[in-house]
Amino acid sequence: MPSSPNVPLLQVKNLRIEFPTRRGILTAVDDISFDIAAGEVLGVVGESGAGKSLTGAAVIGLLEPPGRIASGEILLAGRRIDNLPFEELRKIRGREIGAIFQDPLTSLNPLYTIGRQIVETIETHLDLTHTQARARAIELLNEVGIPAADRRIDHYPHQFSGGMRQRVVISLALAANPKLIIADEPTTALDVSIQAQIITLIKKLCREHGTAVMLVTHDMGVIAETADRVAVMYAGRIAEIGPVAEVIHSPQHPYTIGLMGAIPSVGDNHERLSQIDGSMPRLTAIPKGCAFNPRCTRVQDVPHQRCTTERPELMPAGKTMAACWLHASEAVHQVKQAVTA
Amino acid sequence: MNKKSSNVLLEVIDVAKEFDVSKPWLNRVIERQDRQILKAVDGVSFTINRGETLSLVGESGCGKSTVARLVCGLYTPSRGSIIFDGVNMADAGADEVQQLRKRFQMIFQDPYASLNPRWRVGKIIAEPLRVHKIATSNADIKQRVDKLLTQVGLSPLDAEKFPHEFSGGQRQRISIARALSSNPEFLVCDEPTSALDVSVQAQILNLMKDLQREFGLTYLFISHNLAVVSHISTRVGVMYLGRLVEVADTKRIFANPQHPYTQMLQSAIPDLKMTGKQRTPVAGEVPNPLNPPSGCAFNPRCPHANERCKTERPALIDYADGGQVACHAVEEKRINFLVAA
Repeated sequence: MPSSPNVPLLQVKNLRIEFPTRRGILTAVDDISFDIAAGEVLGVVGESGAGKSLTGAAVIGLLEPPGRIASGEILLAGRRIDNLPFEELRKIRGREIGAIFQDPLTSLNPLYTIGRQIVETIETHLDLTHTQARARAIELLNEVGIPAADRRIDHYPHQFSGGMRQRVVISLALAANPKLIIADEPTTALDVSIQAQIITLIKKLCREHGTAVMLVTHDMGVIAETADRVAVMYAGRIAEIGPVAEVIHSPQHPYTIGLMGAIPSVGDNHERLSQIDGSMPRLTAIPKGCAFNPRCTRVQDVPHQRCTTERPELMPAGKTMAACWLHASEAVHQVKQAVTA
Repeated sequence: MNKKSSNVLLEVIDVAKEFDVSKPWLNRVIERQDRQILKAVDGVSFTINRGETLSLVGESGCGKSTVARLVCGLYTPSRGSIIFDGVNMADAGADEVQQLRKRFQMIFQDPYASLNPRWRVGKIIAEPLRVHKIATSNADIKQRVDKLLTQVGLSPLDAEKFPHEFSGGQRQRISIARALSSNPEFLVCDEPTSALDVSVQAQILNLMKDLQREFGLTYLFISHNLAVVSHISTRVGVMYLGRLVEVADTKRIFANPQHPYTQMLQSAIPDLKMTGKQRTPVAGEVPNPLNPPSGCAFNPRCPHANERCKTERPALIDYADGGQVACHAVEEKRINFLVAA
């Protein structure tokens, strides 16, 4: 495998995901590009329908038909994986890319003991005997914090609570020591106290194993605690991407600014939350130009009605990259002052 | 607290709700099992003053939604009484209940399940008007529906549409319009924003606050999201396994939580400001409500538990700041220092 230290672990280039329907082709993810370095946690946030889960599914080759990758490339350690035949992809899935999904009950087979499921994964991907695989499964369960793992390994999924089930799913994802984990809303179905436990666990394991994570979630709080960098998605595009502290403390894209203001937080004494009027456009009616322009309060600040005619690409904005014409204007400096003011 | 004053709109006294979750009779005989009773709500008392918002928070299965349904009369309490504006709901005659029912309404969590998909929005909103015979002529009803739609930020033209034509946030606005149509004083909101995206959640929370100011509404707000609760409430009640463990003013409960469980919840809130504060994940999970621990239900997870906590169940005690806490450790001043009232 051609892997040099300079090549990021995962490269997504100009990815476009389409759904052919009777009423024409819907573009759910439209020309997005990003990288994940080895050992890095990239958070992907956005509201329902922004295309964040589809992006994750595309990376791991689990797009449900009729959804399809229309163009673009996905490279894992420099090797193209989006056009591999099914069997080849199956070998990568689980071995090099692990997955954690939202609902731990549906990601486990209710008819098999968890031990059988983990052992099966290990035996498929690693060259171990059955006894060794079982020993490794117990070791994994211990590692994710399941008490009395040597007994619990023979239990069925329904005998575990939600938080414990999610731990089992994490151990499944880690079974073959993958380099990358796609975690799609791993904590959404869990209570806050359990959520904190799971986040701490994912962080700890990734640090220890050097695993990179693509963390897909709608919860900015989870991102703030876990991610190194964050990509904010809106209507199938990346609106802003950058280091997590920068995006949270000084967002540059008007959508990110609105989103951050809309999150209530304990200890704030605002009478009202800042709200973004309207809702995300449907895929059938994505506005021309910047998809955010009908809801954006700063359209007038960009000359020549550029927002409604021309689609912005990601461009440097502050310490992040934002797809917004505000940052392209000659008066970048002026605008920045206005944003902070 | 000022229980006798007429300022109290709703008084809930020692209310309990038990569900019989036993297996069928034959199974019980053959398998020699006893009846199994699930105490979903086990002796909860609180008051809500006019114009305030009391929130109930807690993790899944703590009984907060059951309390909401009891207050609305969707369940009959197994024990205790619910007094709305001085009238005990259990003693009131059918006519009186009918009169009272007009004055409180409920907003449900799932805006997809709570609207009849085969009814037009106008008919949905008009249903309480017809049921309570508030308006009878079609012209009158139409005028009221139009006004309600405008109040919640929709257009009168939307009355002709069906629920599927709206997004989640808009549907929740329809639910709110329906709840407001009988001019209620009191709204029970069961997780009204949990199914919504953050930017839409901000719109709905702002709308609810605006309506509260405009009509002097009183809310019982059920949520698992502490940040949302801290934004919207006047007072907060924390529930654990069917019991209230702490009730206090919103500012106090977040700045200075007394009960160890409240402290745990508070420290589990994701830190969006990225102050570097570590979430302290608490070991353990909510016990099985069919077989709750003896004494204080929180004792297996509590760092301050002693022998008394394992045997004697703590009562909710009034403290000088107007709050109430059910904890032996607080009462004995082993932790924190609130002065008993």
